[in-house]
Amino acid sequence: METAIDAPNPGAAHLDAPNPGAAHPDALQVSNLSKSFGGAQALRGVDVDIAAAEIHGLLGQNGSGKSTFVKLLAGVYAPDPGALVRIAGSPVSMPMSAAGHEKHGLAFVHQNLGLIPSLTVLENLRIRSLTRAGRRIDWSAERRAAAAAFERLSLSIDPSARIDSLSAVDRALVAITRAFEQMQAPHAARRVAGLLLLDEPTPFLPREDVKRLFDLMRRIVSHGASVLFISHDVDEVREITHRATILRDGAVAGRFVTAEVDREDVIESIVGRRITRFKSGRRDPAGAPLVSAEQLCGPLLHDVGIALRPGEIVGLTGLVGAGHDHVLHHLFGARPGGSGRLRFGPPGTLDDGLDLAKLTPRLAMRQGIAFLPGDRQSASGIGSLEVVDNLFLPDVAAFFRRGVLRRREMAAAAGLIGAEFEVRPPGAGRRLSSLSGGNAQKVLLAKWLKLRPRLLLLEEPTQGVDVGARQQLLRAIRGAADAGTAVLCASCDHEQLADLCDRVLIFAGGAVARSLSGADLSRENIGAGCYAGR
Amino acid sequence: MPAATRADEGAGLGRFALLGVWAVVVVVFSIAMPGVFFNWNNFAVLAGSQAPAALLALALVIPLTSGDYDLSVGAVVTLAAMIIGVLNVWHSVPIGWTLLIALAAGITVGAVNAFFIVYFRIPSLVVTLASASLISGIVQWLSNSSTISGISPWLVDVTVNGRLFGIDFAFYYALAATALLWYVLEYTPAGRRLLFVGRSREVARLNGINVDRTRSASLLASSCLATLAGVVYAGTLGSADPFSGTNFLLPAFAAAFLGATSIIPGRFNAWGTFVAVYFLSTGITGLSMLGIPLWVTNVFNGGALLAAVTLSQFARGRQETDLG
Repeated sequence: METAIDAPNPGAAHLDAPNPGAAHPDALQVSNLSKSFGGAQALRGVDVDIAAAEIHGLLGQNGSGKSTFVKLLAGVYAPDPGALVRIAGSPVSMPMSAAGHEKHGLAFVHQNLGLIPSLTVLENLRIRSLTRAGRRIDWSAERRAAAAAFERLSLSIDPSARIDSLSAVDRALVAITRAFEQMQAPHAARRVAGLLLLDEPTPFLPREDVKRLFDLMRRIVSHGASVLFISHDVDEVREITHRATILRDGAVAGRFVTAEVDREDVIESIVGRRITRFKSGRRDPAGAPLVSAEQLCGPLLHDVGIALRPGEIVGLTGLVGAGHDHVLHHLFGARPGGSGRLRFGPPGTLDDGLDLAKLTPRLAMRQGIAFLPGDRQSASGIGSLEVVDNLFLPDVAAFFRRGVLRRREMAAAAGLIGAEFEVRPPGAGRRLSSLSGGNAQKVLLAKWLKLRPRLLLLEEPTQGVDVGARQQLLRAIRGAADAGTAVLCASCDHEQLADLCDRVLIFAGGAVARSLSGADLSRENIGAGCYAGR
Repeated sequence: MPAATRADEGAGLGRFALLGVWAVVVVVFSIAMPGVFFNWNNFAVLAGSQAPAALLALALVIPLTSGDYDLSVGAVVTLAAMIIGVLNVWHSVPIGWTLLIALAAGITVGAVNAFFIVYFRIPSLVVTLASASLISGIVQWLSNSSTISGISPWLVDVTVNGRLFGIDFAFYYALAATALLWYVLEYTPAGRRLLFVGRSREVARLNGINVDRTRSASLLASSCLATLAGVVYAGTLGSADPFSGTNFLLPAFAAAFLGATSIIPGRFNAWGTFVAVYFLSTGITGLSMLGIPLWVTNVFNGGALLAAVTLSQFARGRQETDLG
């Protein structure tokens, strides 16, 4: 391989730590970490070294072993025999307990953050201290400690605010601050700076918020601590890390010093083959509009008009609060407070259209509208039910004939759809929660596409999805458009919008501020347009 | 052979574990009391006398599937029985009319529950706890807290005096209700809607399911089935007493949760519940025949409920494996 990415090679020379002054031992040294579940080998002899004061990336697709790696360190599973884990030079016994994490200065921030939304920032931040038994709570001291913690990391967050009143990024910052404080506490005396594991903290954050998160990570390493940044996002890893390790199929597929590699090589190492990036074959669909939203208003929207031609894919984007993400909810009747009209057919048709103030998801579906929400865990699929049940959630009644639900036909139909959308592993009887994010999303997209909707509403359709599944999802969406479906896609992923859409509408202050199409439609122009204001 | 496959096979057999344990219990009591326990007549009495309990447990399965608690079903049993007693015995209303009025009362309870739960968005646990107490009070007022005997022989005939293979008709009503509920939950879109709403209201709503209507229908169905349990109970005893219905509530919950560990593990289901009702009552009948004091019944039921929810949690959680 003629790239800067090292193939895994036991005995290969260590890469130099990025911090030349650091004489500290490695923050974390993992060697020969393996884990098998029954016959399935989830992790095979993985070696990872993280230097002191380093931000180290851990890249890989869904199912590559990233989350098994984290869960082994977190003590959720015990590793197979033969693994050696050293923290700050001294071997530790696996699996580690919570006490072990505290002792060795290991702290985790998982994607769900582990905050209690209905309690205050202070209560969440100081949860350990506040619940330690056998003493009276000194509230003023707790407040001072919280203020000091934020000050140390140059954050301005009100400790008395409730978590659920904070923006998504502020919540993440609170969770990270708490983890940083907790890993520092026992080590202040022993001069070991600790290691923070950030497990996919960014996919739900808009770009400028990711920057704030990265700033915080940089401040954390400036205190001497190390960060393991687990992500599927190649660009983010390239932006923030010093070095990174790539996992593929449970083994190390490569290691690199971030500054020395280019994007395509990293992606190739992640997926194991060079992916031709999905290109939509952007077109300028002709003809009269198939569907138009008129005078769309809502809590965050002011008089928005959008018209889509058949087969057209239109992207909606903007900064947080611009309102683009509300459009889909109002067009599906999924959120109260919207008003306006949705008309099918060219303007001036006699059709009165739908009154958006009275629209419900049920009515919307009857008009051939489909909506795939971005909140995959709680709004788009039921993890505890089988794939077949999820696939036929909206149209299960179609299998009810002569008094009986034809379960066998459902399973057969689900099998065909699963094969068509390349859902892996196959099997309609699996629980949705047992699939990776990308495969679950294929199921949920297939659920709507098989109904051949007139208007397909997509919210962050490839968020948290690995590179391979992303291409398949985008191809399926384009396929539906080619068959005549009009598609609205709200997303903060500018690259995805540029790849997929025929036209992108950029929102600011609850209205369409600008529209990009043709040669102007590029990732850079979308980004610039978002920041250009009204 | 990967371990996962073996685990699946284990789960396949686990579906019938409760039936197996039930058989063991029957065998143990039969050996302990050969003439008394192992006797067709004993089994026939057990089958018939537990019919109201079975109907009540089935009534609970419906709202539990759609994600709501209904604690008022026990009180509805008493309400139905007492309406029959008061009207038929004290006011000489023909039995047919009293059944219709009892059903109307049951539907009213379900509608009131649904109104507060669905319209005002109050947790079902709170609403039905309150309505249970409310109904119990009304029943005591209606009956002057007295037991009313002498209910129309027709009702007694169609529940316990009429027998098939030596077993009261009441048992076959429970059997038919189980089969019907099984069919509705497993083989109709309505059953799928109950399940979808129970697992995620938001997902159900965004997939065009009318969540409020589904929950309301589920609470109404639960009250209706509880009314039927009350009618059968009144027929079984030939009388109505104002207090006993509430004693049914806990065993019914125990049976519903225990039922969720068998036949379709991880889901509330009709046949599992049916098996659980008879498993629990076999245990209690056997123990009381052995001369064990009355308080053991409460301990047994409470212990069984705890064991049942633990097992059903296990049946759900065990499959939540997360690879990679």
